[in-house]
Amino acid sequence: MKDWPKLLFFTCIVRPLVLIILGLNVRHRQHLPATGPAIVVANHNSHLDTLVLMSLFPLAQLRRLRPVAAADYFMANPLLAWFATRVIGIIPIERKNHEGHHDPLAPVQAALNQGDIIIIFPEGTRGQPERMQKFKSGIIHLAKAHDTIPISPVFLHGLGKSLPKGEGLLVPFFCDVFVGPALYWQGDRTRLMQQLEQQMEALASEQGHAAWD
Amino acid sequence: MNFHPHALWALAGIFGILILATPTAHLIEKRRQLPTAGELTLRVRSWWIMVSLFSAAVLLGATVTTWLLGFISFLALKEYLSLIPTRRSDRRVLFWAYLTIPLQYYWAAIGWYGMFIIFIPVYALLVISARKVLIGETEDFLRSMGTIHWGLMMTVFSISHAAFLLALPEDVAPAGGVGLLIYLVLLTELNDVAQYVWGKRLGKRKVVPRVSPGKTWGGLIGGCATTLVVSLASAPFLTPLNPIEAVGAGLIIGLSGFLGDVVISAVKRDIGIKDSGSLLPGHGGILDRVDSLTFTAPLFFHYLYYLYY
Repeated sequence: MKDWPKLLFFTCIVRPLVLIILGLNVRHRQHLPATGPAIVVANHNSHLDTLVLMSLFPLAQLRRLRPVAAADYFMANPLLAWFATRVIGIIPIERKNHEGHHDPLAPVQAALNQGDIIIIFPEGTRGQPERMQKFKSGIIHLAKAHDTIPISPVFLHGLGKSLPKGEGLLVPFFCDVFVGPALYWQGDRTRLMQQLEQQMEALASEQGHAAWD
Repeated sequence: MNFHPHALWALAGIFGILILATPTAHLIEKRRQLPTAGELTLRVRSWWIMVSLFSAAVLLGATVTTWLLGFISFLALKEYLSLIPTRRSDRRVLFWAYLTIPLQYYWAAIGWYGMFIIFIPVYALLVISARKVLIGETEDFLRSMGTIHWGLMMTVFSISHAAFLLALPEDVAPAGGVGLLIYLVLLTELNDVAQYVWGKRLGKRKVVPRVSPGKTWGGLIGGCATTLVVSLASAPFLTPLNPIEAVGAGLIIGLSGFLGDVVISAVKRDIGIKDSGSLLPGHGGILDRVDSLTFTAPLFFHYLYYLYY
């Protein structure tokens, strides 16, 4: 029963926050993986992104959901580290790969091997709110090593308005969550990267979004 | 709380309409040979949920009903603010805009008319302008103040008039404040449906072709006539209005409901979207549903207030 902090946090705080205070406009929910192992890829604008993505899945899957997050940020102090690993269930990874260091994605590979659903933000950082940056290629290594695992792209919009980087005040907005059909590794890294970017662009252009600057 | 039998009968009548509408929607869609549940079925299904929520709140009393109406204002304001262009520097102003909702509905719940009627038109207007100027961003200053305050007036101030009906003196209307609220909501929503149905049946000439090409004169007149008949039939049981006044109320709700509908359509057209959201399957967003109420609630309230309170 070591899952109870996570279960309690998500039922009592995250779900009411995400579903009532924010409110989601989810499209093509059927594309989400029903079980692990699977990889969910999304653009990153806010700390809320992780919580929203995790709320899309039934509570029974909660312990399988593992967001990949930066160790330098989330493991910075013991309290945050406890919260990030025990309550959210993140997989901390090193953003800067030191020379001769072991594979930074090894813990992610291990989680996939035991059937977890990985949530990953290939932009690497939240960056400027509601501006998508180029995807980093770490996702390719995961796809290549697990070529039968589905990669589901998810486009998020609005969370960067609700709680952008560097702000502590949450302002409610309806948020768009558009899920694309799953992609698989087909032996070509540039092809997969292109497919991912094209899918994200297609999802982003499904609906015009109000200007935000 | 002693619940008035007239109000209970009215709720039963609304469920009766839904019970008739459900197989009708199925039949119409079957005749058009649609493979899956079409928009009409979805729309009726959403109506069931909305009517059930409203009835449950009304049966639980004025406090719960006021909370429900406040929550509807919150959803409508959130939907509006999510659709319009906003700026990062507006975030704090938007936060204050949301804070007006609990206050405005509190004034309504305690029946403090003086505060209720000036809080958003005066205080919120000034506070929002002041909060915005303290942030110091002057680009798009007028546009953002204007759009935020317009949104507050439509989604919070207007709709909160429905809640104030519950705070009016109980002994004037035959079924109390609850009866007035049911009358307003029933007529407003029925008018929407009637205008839509009549518009499908008859009428080619458009009322405002550039804003809402689906709205015909036939729909408007047929809808208003239907609303008028229902108003005459229900006013003696739910409101203190005499038959001539009930005709006036029916016309106010019929015409202003139409205007509220096309005003929100014009806003959506300006922004470049079709539906305001996806909260209510078959209807669109919450703004698509409460658009006419933003006009009918304050107009009906003040008509009644002038005549009887």
